[in-house]
Amino acid sequence: MIAVRPEADLGFAAAFAPPLLDPARDAPTDVTGRNGKPAGRRYDVYRNNVTVSLIDALAAIYPAVQRITGTDFFRAMARFHVRNTLPISPLLFDYGRDFPDFVANYAHAKDMPWLADVARIERAWLDAYHAADALPLPPARLSAIALERLGDLVLTPHPAARIVRSQYAAVTIFAANRDSAPAARIDASTPEDALITRAEFEVVVRHLPPGGAVFAASLMSGEPLGVSAMAAFDASAEFDIAANIAGLIAAGAFTSIAFGDPA
Amino acid sequence: MITATKPATVPLRFSLPIGGIAGASFKPEHLAAILEAAPQAGFFEVHAENYMGAGGAPHRALEAVRRDHPLSLHGVCMSIGGPQPLDKTHLARFRSLVARYQPALVSEHLAWSTHETSFFNDLLPLPYTEATLACVCDHIDEVQEAIRRPLLLENPSTYVTFRQSTMNETDFLRAITARTGCGLLLDVNNVFVSATNHGYSALDYLGDFPLAHVEEIHLAGHAEQADDDGNLLLIDSHDGPVADAVWKLYEIIVARRGPVPTLIEWDSKIPEWPVLRAEAAAAQAILDRCRTVTETDDRRAA
Repeated sequence: MIAVRPEADLGFAAAFAPPLLDPARDAPTDVTGRNGKPAGRRYDVYRNNVTVSLIDALAAIYPAVQRITGTDFFRAMARFHVRNTLPISPLLFDYGRDFPDFVANYAHAKDMPWLADVARIERAWLDAYHAADALPLPPARLSAIALERLGDLVLTPHPAARIVRSQYAAVTIFAANRDSAPAARIDASTPEDALITRAEFEVVVRHLPPGGAVFAASLMSGEPLGVSAMAAFDASAEFDIAANIAGLIAAGAFTSIAFGDPA
Repeated sequence: MITATKPATVPLRFSLPIGGIAGASFKPEHLAAILEAAPQAGFFEVHAENYMGAGGAPHRALEAVRRDHPLSLHGVCMSIGGPQPLDKTHLARFRSLVARYQPALVSEHLAWSTHETSFFNDLLPLPYTEATLACVCDHIDEVQEAIRRPLLLENPSTYVTFRQSTMNETDFLRAITARTGCGLLLDVNNVFVSATNHGYSALDYLGDFPLAHVEEIHLAGHAEQADDDGNLLLIDSHDGPVADAVWKLYEIIVARRGPVPTLIEWDSKIPEWPVLRAEAAAAQAILDRCRTVTETDDRRAA
């Protein structure tokens, strides 16, 4: 049985919460410092804990973005995002899903148009890291299938597999900024697509060849191999079906095979 | 027809009281160093939320540590002290972790972190009134029903007090244990931080604390700031060694309560494993000294 509580006694959270993210608002009046004095800087400890811990959470999810922009730039950008978009889950590794779109529209980052795509790769990296464990499809399974049936083949994507497409060299920029080694000059204008997989415990980010992203995305959405290959050829005349299917399976992008409904 | 699904059999290990042993926060960066050494005598504590992903490296690391050590599962985000109903999805995740890892200790905080749909990622304070007491007790009942075992509730570090509070924290905690049967996690650093911040005696607070219900102790480092009047304001930062004053209080408590599992918490500016291990060894030495004294007293009494 749930008893109804007097609202006045339980309104403390509704009074305490709103100023946490809004420095323009005064501290709530029902909390005090010593001897009934206004809470002042004591309440600010909570404001600081909330904002700083969430900025830290974004920095942990997006280390390459932070390395590219520098810490001060990143933390200022993250602070705006935290104030506009609080987590809705207590699982911090789920936080920051809106951050890449926020970065894409962030006025001070307009001269880094590839930054949002680097963030999208980092977000996919963390999702792959925490995804359910599953054994990847052994490459030998495919060679056992009769050639005439290949077109109807349907593959089950691995829970960790992700694709991120970019009009910029996001994969190269991501890879160059995920560790502390000095980064060489990169031509950012080359479009690159990323395949993110985690066959066992290590997340690997690969650069997909021409047509590869369309092919992989189509397969991962449940389309048969034949349909997916046609879509990939439409996207790029250079598409190499044998190399792409072998590459996806070697990367651990799929867990099992089935055959599409012939109807 | 309703078919009951039998839950998967989980090996029950380290389920008995682990007694007066010291432990440390488990940090993934220490995994290799921990596994390289022979199994430690101590236990490891993790924040439950860090292991609520579906799979991958975090679970593999926890399984590796769990193989040779008792585990303490410390929830940080249940928002037990908040006025709104508990998040059922989160409670289900918490329950699954308890079932999967069979921890020796399971704890949460007297605090809240979620309001409406926003998660604030901090341990926020609550007033101590009959209404909040009833609400907290309902939440603890709900958690204990879900996990099928008693929860240990941790006393908070606070920086403000509520005008509407009608009872002090120790009475509030005592009433919770009486109504719900839960145990207490006594965080001695939190006691020291709150006592300093609000200008009361930590020893008086501890003298009034329901020590018989304490099943785990936390020790951690804190940072120093000042409030608007220049008074010392301590921050529960978990980013350094345990302060001398906190060690002193700990010795007094262990002498009164007897040896209980004691954790060194270190969550930020994390040192190399040997530094953290040495802090745990210092707690173990105090626990062992107390045990020796108790045994000597027993022999004298016999």
